[in-house]
Amino acid sequence: MSIPTVVDTKDAEIATNNAQVALTVNGRVRQLDLDPRTSLLDALREHLHLTGTKKGCDHGQCGACTVLINGRRINSCLTLAVMHEGDEIVTIEGLGSPQALHPLQAAFIERDGFQCGYCTPGQICSAVGMLAEVKAGWPSHATADVASPQIALTDAEIRERMSGNICRCAAYPNIIAAILDVVEGGHR
Amino acid sequence: MRAFTYERATDAPAAVAAVSRPGAKFISGGTNLLDLMKLEIERPTHLVDISRLPLKDIEEVPGGGLRIGAQAANSDAAADARVRTRYPVLSQALVAGASGQLRNKASVGGNLLQRTRCPYFYDTAAGCNKRNPGAGCAAIDGINRAHAILGASEDCIATHPSDMAVAMTALEAQIELLGADQAARRVAIGEFYRLPGDTPHIETVLRPGEMITGVVLPPPPPGRQVYRKVRDRASYAFALVSVAAIVTTERGTITGARVAFGGVAHKPWRSVEAEAALAGRPATMATYRAAAEAAMAHAVGRGDNDFKIDLAKRTLCRTLANAAQAG
Repeated sequence: MSIPTVVDTKDAEIATNNAQVALTVNGRVRQLDLDPRTSLLDALREHLHLTGTKKGCDHGQCGACTVLINGRRINSCLTLAVMHEGDEIVTIEGLGSPQALHPLQAAFIERDGFQCGYCTPGQICSAVGMLAEVKAGWPSHATADVASPQIALTDAEIRERMSGNICRCAAYPNIIAAILDVVEGGHR
Repeated sequence: MRAFTYERATDAPAAVAAVSRPGAKFISGGTNLLDLMKLEIERPTHLVDISRLPLKDIEEVPGGGLRIGAQAANSDAAADARVRTRYPVLSQALVAGASGQLRNKASVGGNLLQRTRCPYFYDTAAGCNKRNPGAGCAAIDGINRAHAILGASEDCIATHPSDMAVAMTALEAQIELLGADQAARRVAIGEFYRLPGDTPHIETVLRPGEMITGVVLPPPPPGRQVYRKVRDRASYAFALVSVAAIVTTERGTITGARVAFGGVAHKPWRSVEAEAALAGRPATMATYRAAAEAAMAHAVGRGDNDFKIDLAKRTLCRTLANAAQAG
């Protein structure tokens, strides 16, 4: 039984009570021996070495850690890895590769939707989840009539729906352009 | 984060049995609890995962109401066609809160039980009676522009952060609970939350080990439903003031009104004073202003948050004018 690297003496007894967790990440089942405290984000980065998913604030405020769970976007910093056994987890590495970019990845490059790039994996995972929500007809705070089953994906809708992803370089106009390119099928 | 053991409950009776051990807590979406655990404000020694309990359904209730399972995600409740058409104020409130990612994770039951975002509650170096009973309240003489103007005490001026609960208050929702003794009961949302008094660490009437299993919305009341939220930025911020209003009018006269405020008190604040000032009166700005004065008659500012009293009045007037349009 492995012992976590950081542990209070008083917590040692329960801290060594690691859990065996099978996570399905980007289509592969991975067996992990985890301290229950391990966030999904830390499991991805530190245990599975999938470092595309970024740690920004670690408090659910910045969106850099966004991944898809069963097709839905969530903040991986605010959930425990042990809670996601059996779920389909998709990270930026599962969306595309340098050889075969996801359309949103290609659009972000073409539109220059970033400067430093740190928030980008979260932005792209979030955009994938967001577009699925729009397709399903989910309303947002920018939707004039929440009862309307059809969503017109305007700039205002995208800005509202992507507000959980902060970009400190403020590449927002180009992020919106990239997303709109993919929506309109205008990406080459 | 302090160490804990973890188990996943398979059904509701097993969940309440599992949480009976000392130091145990339920976890569902975890979006608030884990944040607080990282800061060691919450220090459970055992977590009972209730996120996979079969309590996710949103279903019709005989007689015209709707029951939302406690484990339904905020986003599922907001997107449900019945919620959007029959309880639009609830859908509007849900999408006014948090971010897309958080709404996908946060449960309806967890939203009701989220803790205040008072910065002194989060700052473990500051005095906070809610976090550490008897330690004093750093907010009263601190930076308190986000704090309560109604129902506060000398021990706590924190606000309840939920938007969803404000809409549910206007809709007179019933909260379904399952107790440690396996007994089910229902509590009206108006009776669910406590004012801070001298025990601000006790926020609801939940009994130890009791679990929220669902929220029952009575048949939608007549009238037009509107939720309006005012905050420091256009999206992804907690309310400074919010208003849920449901208004019926007949030939220019208000025949019925329900008003609940968010961001102004330790709980979602139903204003029976505003409602009384509206009923039977003409649907005019003069009436809305009178209702706003009635609603804020006992409001108390603490310095930085003095502006909230006027902001709440103006927000109510705008919301009522909007709700009365097509009543």
